[in-house]
Amino acid sequence: MAAPLALALLGAVTARALLFRSSLAEFISERVEVVSPLNSWKRVVEGLALLDLGVSPYSGDLFHETPLILYLFHFLIDYAELVFMITDALTAIALYLAVQDFNKAMFKKQKLHLELNKFAPDTTEILLTPLEMHHVPLKVAVFYLLNPYTMLACAAKSTCAINNTIIAFFILATVKGNIFLSAITLALATFQSLYPVTLFAPALLYLLQREYIPVKLKSHNFWLYTSQYSVMYLGSLGVLVCLCFFLLHSWDFIPSVYSFILSVPDLTPNIGLFWYFFAEMFEHFSLFFVCVFQINVFFYMIPLAVKLKEHPMFLMFVQLAIICIFKSYPTVGDISLYMAFLPMWSHLFRFLRNIFIVSCVLIVCSLLFPVLWHLWIYAGSANSNFYYAITLSFNIGQILLISDYFYAYLRREYHLSHGLYLRRKDGSEATLVLK
Amino acid sequence: MGLLSDPNRRRALSRLITRLNTPLCIMSYIVGLSWFLGLSFQPFTLRTYISENAMGSTMVEEQFTHGDRALSYAREFASVKKKVRGMPVAWLEKTMRTLGLEVYTQSFTRTLPFPDETTERYMVKGTNVYGILRAPRAASTESLVLSVPCSEGDHNNQALGLALALASYFRGQIYWAKDIIFLVNEYDLIGMEAWLEAYHDVNITGMESSVMMGRAGAIQAAVSLEISSDVITSLDIAVEGLNGQLPNLDMVNLFYAFCQKNGLLCTIQGKLQRGDWDSFPAYLHSLETTMLMVLKQGSGRPQGDHGLFLRYHIEAITMRGINSFRQYKYDMSTIGKTLEGMFRKLNNLLERLHQSYFFYLLPSLSRFVSIGMYMPVFGCLILILVLKSLDLWMKLTRSESVEEDGVSDTEQELKPGILSLVAPILICHVTGLSLYYLPVMGQHLAIEHFPVSESEAVVLTVIAIYVAGLALPHNTHRVLTGAGTEQGWMMLKLISLLYLAVQLGCIALINFSLGFLLAITMVPVAAVVQPVGPRVLYAVLLILVTPATTLFFSIFLYKELDEHPLGLLECWQLFLQAIAGGLLDHYLYGSIVFPFIAFFIYPCWLQLWNIVFWK
Repeated sequence: MAAPLALALLGAVTARALLFRSSLAEFISERVEVVSPLNSWKRVVEGLALLDLGVSPYSGDLFHETPLILYLFHFLIDYAELVFMITDALTAIALYLAVQDFNKAMFKKQKLHLELNKFAPDTTEILLTPLEMHHVPLKVAVFYLLNPYTMLACAAKSTCAINNTIIAFFILATVKGNIFLSAITLALATFQSLYPVTLFAPALLYLLQREYIPVKLKSHNFWLYTSQYSVMYLGSLGVLVCLCFFLLHSWDFIPSVYSFILSVPDLTPNIGLFWYFFAEMFEHFSLFFVCVFQINVFFYMIPLAVKLKEHPMFLMFVQLAIICIFKSYPTVGDISLYMAFLPMWSHLFRFLRNIFIVSCVLIVCSLLFPVLWHLWIYAGSANSNFYYAITLSFNIGQILLISDYFYAYLRREYHLSHGLYLRRKDGSEATLVLK
Repeated sequence: MGLLSDPNRRRALSRLITRLNTPLCIMSYIVGLSWFLGLSFQPFTLRTYISENAMGSTMVEEQFTHGDRALSYAREFASVKKKVRGMPVAWLEKTMRTLGLEVYTQSFTRTLPFPDETTERYMVKGTNVYGILRAPRAASTESLVLSVPCSEGDHNNQALGLALALASYFRGQIYWAKDIIFLVNEYDLIGMEAWLEAYHDVNITGMESSVMMGRAGAIQAAVSLEISSDVITSLDIAVEGLNGQLPNLDMVNLFYAFCQKNGLLCTIQGKLQRGDWDSFPAYLHSLETTMLMVLKQGSGRPQGDHGLFLRYHIEAITMRGINSFRQYKYDMSTIGKTLEGMFRKLNNLLERLHQSYFFYLLPSLSRFVSIGMYMPVFGCLILILVLKSLDLWMKLTRSESVEEDGVSDTEQELKPGILSLVAPILICHVTGLSLYYLPVMGQHLAIEHFPVSESEAVVLTVIAIYVAGLALPHNTHRVLTGAGTEQGWMMLKLISLLYLAVQLGCIALINFSLGFLLAITMVPVAAVVQPVGPRVLYAVLLILVTPATTLFFSIFLYKELDEHPLGLLECWQLFLQAIAGGLLDHYLYGSIVFPFIAFFIYPCWLQLWNIVFWK
């Protein structure tokens, strides 16, 4: 299996190298869909220049990267293109290994359930088969590498790719059951873009499940393990923050990065939901509505964690998508990360209902973004409402996609325990309705 | 969401789509077409009105009376022009300077990708002269432009004379709050492009021009003037710009309002407005006007020198003086008054024109159709593609007729289907790429081997590649899978339909008319083609709706509506010219019509062609 992966990597790197050399790269790196104020390469260069001049990069309102990125590129600025190609490749490899391991675990679990007769008798056709699962890791890697969104993010040198790599390694560490590395990478991801803090719950659930510790509030083991993980997480987060303080000798980066993410002062249009609302809103309401908007990312974690506590990996996937939809400065690079997981759930395909419509919506919206941007900004004939309409439908498409997968997952679980062909009490055929 | 999540309702919906697919499609097409035809019917349109406050309520009294001075300038200019055999730069500079303007010149050179035979241009070298009237009441932050093209022969001398007379009159007034630039551009659009690029300090088309010395702030609006006779019977307005972009409707309203005020006859698309609306000829008249606008806008070609301003977010129109066989004629003073009024209103603007509409169709000067009214037409046409592709998708996923969603056994065999489609799709797109690149790149090779001129070589290569695309190996998928499957062509058709829908949707937003012309022809045929049944009929239908044929018939229709009916042979000549013109528009001004057809529509059409010959 290593050969196809190597081939895919080679192809992806070649495509990226070509893209970097073409005239498109500059055009892409200016697109608001691909870069946000948080991860634009132009701003990284600006920050580095300020650093070299001995000025604090955070003193202005331009640079919002963490000090880690700053110092990473302080040494690697000349090899930036290479760095972005390598990070993409690393992400793909990490996802490949993680999915491979996860599939093994899933299959083992299914075997155990089969031996314990936990499945209904007529469900053989929806069980996972090794033949189907064999290609899934490769598909995940290819989905990430050759996804146009990833390519765009890479060509624009958006540092979002680096965040994706960190999250991919976090998933790998979690799947491998390495509690320490998992906590460190999660802390790193949180430090980078704040929102991955919500991945704490799925990671903990996964690790607990791996260690066969039941999620019970009265269980001694559960609390021990949870506190262990939390301490490791918070400890490494503290270490990271202090490290950055010692690098820069100031706390400037905290407001400049995290309040920038949370209070959304930059209303440059992007594919997210924030900019239009806050551009239109009266200033004195904005605090309240910032809270309302931001709570979306964090709040859905609670019901989802309760519902999906047996399926932490799926929870992780859903949460990644929710972060991408509701975060304050989303870019297409964020989308590419959760889209890479779609082949993992290919066994749900038969239960998906709107996949055709949803994928059409997503494709059409992605193509309409530049068109409406042109009409608004260059031609001056359309206005921001046109662009925001597309943003809205793009996000609705994403939400439908996720809810479709969520429904399909629950439905498959239901069928596994209750049998594939449901009967009513009177013997007629029953259908499942989600209301 | 209830509709989509409740399986019973879903089933009802999907049954509706599959069973009633053809009637729904036909209905949708008829609704779309009749909606479009209805757009020109007066009760369905809105009356135009000036919605910009700064221009609406202010009173302006025009006092321009120097019509004879305009004519004397025109005569002097004509004689100097004849003497120097070209643009009399020195004379213009001297005259403008004596009028009290700040005068600058800008020289430019541009080598065309291939010689333009209709205007006989290849290596263009020219000079633009412009004089700035500095506003006494404001810093030079905003300006208006009055541009006059200096064309060959006896054309347009009167326009230049009028511009100079206006400049001299404007100079004496104290109310100007915006600088006024009087621009004389050589080689019409090429000069205009050079001037605009230099003014905004950008270079997007490979123009070489001298550095611009004088500027007058952000240009708010521009009027381009074309008058070639001492007296006129009516004024015509041209609105369609590059890529079908239109100026703000308030510009048109302004023109209309001042023509009304001065009692000038004004026309759009050369058509005078009729007094009545409730008779059939009256309806036909406004339909013709709309259709002419659609055809002109769809060509993506600037219909006057104003067309290039629009790209820079400057609202602009072209005014043309027409001298026909009517009895009542207007002299220069009246036109001057009209222009004076328009400029004084524009002078009152507090911000850029943004209130009124940017997307509209004009069945007459006093009536307009806004985007909200005409977009449903397009929606209906696209709906056909969506319905057809939904139908195909359901057929593909539900080859066995078990209705229970999800639980039904859906054997997926899409895998080999998709892989085998890569080759035909790739071939279609490579043909499209060669259609774009080869003609201009290979012109020198072509003239070495064939007795043709460069321009002919380019046009003939375009046609040759276009036609050769039809004969390409269309069954490459058989190398992979042995034989084309039923699912194979369905998949290809599904992809092509969606592809077409997306392309048309995108282009309709940028240039509605182009999208509409392509959709009204291609959509019904795209919906019906399949490799079973009367294949020859399908092939003939496809050829009838290919973009090239559409262009041919559009030219024919245009000439028919413009009351210059032509024979087919003359149409063919015009067709060849239009191809060369389309290429030149792309290379010189950045029109997107040719690359759009070559990169997207033509390959998509080839895919449909592929389906007909699927084996």
